[in-house]
Amino acid sequence: MTPYTVIAPTRRLALPDVRALWRFRELLYFLVWRDIKVRYKQTAFGAAWAVFQPLLQMLVFTLVFGMFARLPSDGYPYAAFVYTGLVPWTYFATAAAAASTSVVTDQALLTKVWFPRLVLPLASVVRPAVDFAVSAVAAVALLLWYGIAPTWQLLLVPAWLALAAATALATGLWLSALHVRFRDVQHVIPLLLQVWLFASPVAYPLSLVPQRWRGLYALNPAAQVVEGMRAALLGKSDPILASLPACVLLVALALLGGALFFRAIERTFADVV
Amino acid sequence: MSDLALRVQGLSKSYVLGAPPPATMLREQLALWARRALGRAPAPNTTDFWALRDVSFDVRRGEIVSLIGRNGAGKSTLLKILSRIVEPTHGRAEIYGRIGSLLEVGTGFHPELSGRENVYLNAAILGMRRTEIARRFDEIVAFAEIDRFIDVPVKRYSSGMYVRLAFAIAAHVDPEILILDEVLAVGDAAFQRKCLGKIGSVARDGRTVVFVSHDMNAVTTLSQRALRLADGRLVDAGPVHEVVGRYLATLTADTPRGTRVLTVPDVSSAPVAVTSARTLGAGSEATDVVARSSAVLVTLDGEVRRAPRDDEEYFVALDVHGADDARLFRTHNVEQRWFAAVPREPGPFRLSCTIPAELLIPGRYRLGLIVGIAGRQHVQEVYPLLELDVVQDRLVADVWPNHVGVVTPRCEWKLLA
Repeated sequence: MTPYTVIAPTRRLALPDVRALWRFRELLYFLVWRDIKVRYKQTAFGAAWAVFQPLLQMLVFTLVFGMFARLPSDGYPYAAFVYTGLVPWTYFATAAAAASTSVVTDQALLTKVWFPRLVLPLASVVRPAVDFAVSAVAAVALLLWYGIAPTWQLLLVPAWLALAAATALATGLWLSALHVRFRDVQHVIPLLLQVWLFASPVAYPLSLVPQRWRGLYALNPAAQVVEGMRAALLGKSDPILASLPACVLLVALALLGGALFFRAIERTFADVV
Repeated sequence: MSDLALRVQGLSKSYVLGAPPPATMLREQLALWARRALGRAPAPNTTDFWALRDVSFDVRRGEIVSLIGRNGAGKSTLLKILSRIVEPTHGRAEIYGRIGSLLEVGTGFHPELSGRENVYLNAAILGMRRTEIARRFDEIVAFAEIDRFIDVPVKRYSSGMYVRLAFAIAAHVDPEILILDEVLAVGDAAFQRKCLGKIGSVARDGRTVVFVSHDMNAVTTLSQRALRLADGRLVDAGPVHEVVGRYLATLTADTPRGTRVLTVPDVSSAPVAVTSARTLGAGSEATDVVARSSAVLVTLDGEVRRAPRDDEEYFVALDVHGADDARLFRTHNVEQRWFAAVPREPGPFRLSCTIPAELLIPGRYRLGLIVGIAGRQHVQEVYPLLELDVVQDRLVADVWPNHVGVVTPRCEWKLLA
């Protein structure tokens, strides 16, 4: 008779146990569901906050960068330009930050029950997608109000969302595993995201980036996502950033490395956290 | 062997103690790596602490096995390894069936969510499918006896309701192998009985239970076989009555009697501590045998080493445990009816506690000591502290000896009509 489970010291380098992850897919669902429920308990406006947040940010950005600094916006109204950038950015930043702290946030679970630990950063990346959907619909409405009709390119939105999710997950896998050991991570995240925001074309158009920096700039997956999602929403036809394949490869490598690293550290989570 | 549920072979778990401390600052770790790279770092002075050492045993299907031993003997570590929460350093365990572990009641409960929502969330955390939860939902609510409050956020629940709901969920997960840690220590007596009954019926269905308890009563009534751990090693295994009997005997052998001088924890962790304890009977000499007709006087010498902050209050408490190791009661130096507060100025103090005469029936008792900051934390815990025997008076026998139950408080009877 073969045992159902064998418990023994594991190898240091191994890929995630996909079968176990599949068995616990409902836990992923319930963790997402819990966080969404809890987030809007005892709030007066509920899920409307998903729209308010990028909308208020849009107003501030429009005022400061559009009206005071008079940044160009590729010929689109600045408000529409910045909102279409903020929608993917907000998703990415929320997902990356939540995934990076996910393991420590749920440490009470970690020390009392077993489940594939990977569920925690995964759930953190899935959860903000709900807010994203709401704010993306608002974006389309805003564009219609400005007289910009959606084109077939809208169909590319999920693909860009997938790249954003993969980037956020890769970031989260590395940082959440480090966070268990080094609480410094929680101080690093806001700084990292702030730098990352200004290294992505959210508030300004790509045309402002000097030509000789473009090659390096294009390797930033968040820049690809923001630029790509904006083009998809606005129906822009001109080519966006070059070297997308190189960037995707970079994300894939970071994800693979993150998965191996997470797996190697995961076995000590409950001992250290 | 087809009736095997669990096979544990040479399981060990070590933790690293001593310098370097678990680096919580990235800076320190980086500095250490840099120094090591330069070849200047002193060899890390680490000592391994073996929480579990070369433990092997088998559990057959349908068996209820209890794990006993003192605090720190390795019971919880073993359960955590079997639950896959921590990884063993050496050895292996083979598990033949779906395992469910309950190391804590209400893991993952969210205070803002309603009882209904928490049932779904908690059951999913314990590995239940959504369809399964929906099918057993009514059963869970009925078992927990909270049907009227099922849609109220659990932050508004009483602690009893909370525990009942949490146990009810866990009891309905239906794993083939169930691992329990001290979960019976919660809830009121009636609910505890219900839980014991549930565990018994789980085993009758052919499922296996491994559980940890300090309540020797629960251990002997529930399980047929017991394993005893001491200092991380498996030191005894066999029929429950024999193992428990030998365990209680070692407790007796190891427990001082009459007087005890304590090793005091570090000032940083214990701003107040008890340094010695004595038990006295009718006389003024320390003794370990007290007649039932006389009170048991416990004197405690202690020291306030750092004055309490304004919002802090130090307390000292004694636990009285019976021969089967179950706690009979706890008494604090500050309660509703008396106020023997620990002084607030640094310096030595002496407290005494009188356990009334004719309360304890003849038998063997063990005292436990708890010193702490009220409402905050315990700074010193000693169990067993002292052991004593209460004996029937040779001269003054009770006219109507009443030794049914565990204590015989003086209750007043009147003939009213």
